[in-house]
Amino acid sequence: MSSTLTKNYFELFSLPQQYVLERSDLDARYRKLQHTVHPDRYARASDQERRLSMQQATHINEAYQVLKDPLRRGRYLLELRGHAIEDQQTTHQDPEFLMQQIELREVLGEIRQQDDPLQALDRLAREILAQYRALESDLAQALETDAETEQAVSLVLKMQYFMRLQNEVQELEADLEDELY
Amino acid sequence: MALLQISEPGEATAPHEHRLAAGIDLGTTNSLVASVRSGVPDTLPDSEGRHLLPSVVHYLATGEHQVGTTALKQAADDPLNTVISVKRFMGRGTADVKSLGSVLPYEFVAGESGMPLIRTAAGDLSPVQVSADILDTLRQRAEQTLGGELTGVVITVPAYFDDAQRQATKDAGKLAGLNVLRLLNEPTAAAVAYGLDSGSDGIIAVYDLGGGTFDISILRLHQGVFEVMATAGDTALGGDDMDRAIAAWVMGQAGLGEDLKHGLQRRLLLAACAAKEALTDSDQVDIAVELENGTEWRGTLTRQRMDELIESLVRKTLGPCRRVLRDADLNTADISEVVMVGGSTRVLKVRTMVGEFFDREPLVNIDPDKVVAVGAAIQADILAGNKPEDSMLLLDVIPLSLGVETMGGLTEKIIKRNTTIPVSRAQDFTTYKDGQTAMALHVVQGERELVDDCRSLARFELRDMPPMTAGAARIRVTYQVDADGLLSVTAEEQTSGVQAHIAVKPSYGLSDNEIEGMLRDSMDHAEEDMKARRLREQQVEADRVLEALQAAMQKDADSFLSDEERSAIEQAATELAALRNGSDHRAIKTAIEKLESVSNVYVDRRMNANIRKAMAGHAVDEFK
Repeated sequence: MSSTLTKNYFELFSLPQQYVLERSDLDARYRKLQHTVHPDRYARASDQERRLSMQQATHINEAYQVLKDPLRRGRYLLELRGHAIEDQQTTHQDPEFLMQQIELREVLGEIRQQDDPLQALDRLAREILAQYRALESDLAQALETDAETEQAVSLVLKMQYFMRLQNEVQELEADLEDELY
Repeated sequence: MALLQISEPGEATAPHEHRLAAGIDLGTTNSLVASVRSGVPDTLPDSEGRHLLPSVVHYLATGEHQVGTTALKQAADDPLNTVISVKRFMGRGTADVKSLGSVLPYEFVAGESGMPLIRTAAGDLSPVQVSADILDTLRQRAEQTLGGELTGVVITVPAYFDDAQRQATKDAGKLAGLNVLRLLNEPTAAAVAYGLDSGSDGIIAVYDLGGGTFDISILRLHQGVFEVMATAGDTALGGDDMDRAIAAWVMGQAGLGEDLKHGLQRRLLLAACAAKEALTDSDQVDIAVELENGTEWRGTLTRQRMDELIESLVRKTLGPCRRVLRDADLNTADISEVVMVGGSTRVLKVRTMVGEFFDREPLVNIDPDKVVAVGAAIQADILAGNKPEDSMLLLDVIPLSLGVETMGGLTEKIIKRNTTIPVSRAQDFTTYKDGQTAMALHVVQGERELVDDCRSLARFELRDMPPMTAGAARIRVTYQVDADGLLSVTAEEQTSGVQAHIAVKPSYGLSDNEIEGMLRDSMDHAEEDMKARRLREQQVEADRVLEALQAAMQKDADSFLSDEERSAIEQAATELAALRNGSDHRAIKTAIEKLESVSNVYVDRRMNANIRKAMAGHAVDEFK
């Protein structure tokens, strides 16, 4: 079994196993890794090497997708610490948070009735992003040590709520723009 | 025996070992071939100095055919046997073809696999065969100009081509006897030609409006790395549609009905196209068309009138422009340059509207016809091993989401659009009924919720699963997309290990057998030719394996292999080298497989070491 294919994503990128990372540094490492393994570098190699190159490039792409996304990176780090979060795991005990989600969804549901739907949607998107960023920085703190893992899991679940909401905002935006132009 | 002396891929040892490679822009209207000669990439002209080869093939009752300008001259006189714009039909089904534009100048018949065949005097031909005839002409041109056989080619495709269209293009290359090193997206090719030329880093938008296809791509350029951030488009929208709009206007002016003979249709379209081109430099143009009754219709088209006729078509390109920006999470202000590609961007109305949309003057100083072929030639030169290895890297994406049909005719997306390739994703599914032992998988591509609104790529079945209660089975479906953007799918029942694998051959594509059959036909069905071809293929692969291995071993066999491992590899290599010169293609194949299996551990260790080396010794801030 190939060692780099089984390495965890942080090890693969030679990064410390921690939540906080610098995006430009991650990008540079990604480009360097792809320079090394990408199938274009093996266009004239044997079928065997080309297969391996494709597997490695695929693995590095997957790792990069996870590491560059604040939510997926958080989930991945928790998984490495033995706290895997299932896709369907959504229950949340914080009534205040759930109330807020319901309110935001109501706003989203009424966007079409607004005078300027696109502008109203833009306002909503900004609010969602601000809340998401706040959770992200809380998560960075919670993941600094192993002591606050439960808190970290709860933050990741909250971020997932916002991510879904954000996706719906984007879908509506696409629909509105398509209707408008 | 003495080991052969061969250089490592990517490192030419001697200048005379320059490998001949070419980039091919297989366009809807025109095709080009380009190559890097003495370090300079340029398109190659034919013997009469023409760079553009009209993508037109004229088929004769004798079974012969003509390609290019000579064929185009027959377009009006022999419309049914003169195939133009064949790219529009690549990878398409009969139903799609009917919906493609209201005016179809030739007759289609349904082929066996549902693939539409074009009825000509030389027989019923698939779009893949017609494309192969065009590619063959370009291959001959390149080999005559460059003075030798091509090692490999890069063929460009619209970024927005789906899996079926890509597969059809690759099949055409194969059929024309070409070693297709890579399928390259046209906007990426243009970005390479532009980016390497200007040497500037930043985010660029490539707006590519050709004869029959439209693409918009956003790329980030960073020190020789071309990273596609998002791509969108329309594979059935282009300059042809403008011609049709103008032709429809002429028909209205001349009082012609819908039901016209093919010849007149073709004359109208040619006149419309000429008028469109003339209106780039003039404010108005005179049009004359010979009618069926022998009289001539004459009229004048102003640029303003044409702009009105084509405005809605150009507007249709702006939707995808908005979408790529959204997908890349960017605003127009983030774009540092807008590059115009494709002959149809010569139309002034296109430039104005695109300029207004991006709020900046688009770049039109590079030849929009040649830039794609030039970019492909640069990539081909690198892939063939004529350039230092670090010179450039292209990171491309899949244009359309790949999914699978689930209960109720719904699509479950497995790989989302604009994911960087190569990529692999797995998803688990389960059974619907108690005791279910087989499962039908339907692979689709597209963004819509309903399967019927997406493109069907392939159907296959996973059989012989052990019967279990509904919901107990765990079927893992894995999609793998390679660097050409081509998909293969595996399905495995996790508890029993029952597997099914399929390289997705599109529903309207050709099977390997069909391709082989056509090759056989094209070579006068001589059994010897087929054998010779198979032998040649295995010899090429044997050379490639030996070449790569021996270069690697000269460099670092000592660091990675024990004496035992080393002598096992050397023995297998010697055996292969001996068989390679024989005439038994099966024996060569077996020897290759044996060598690969003993050297597996070495190849693996080397690549892992390379990865470690790439990351090793770099402090965190060294990358900043």
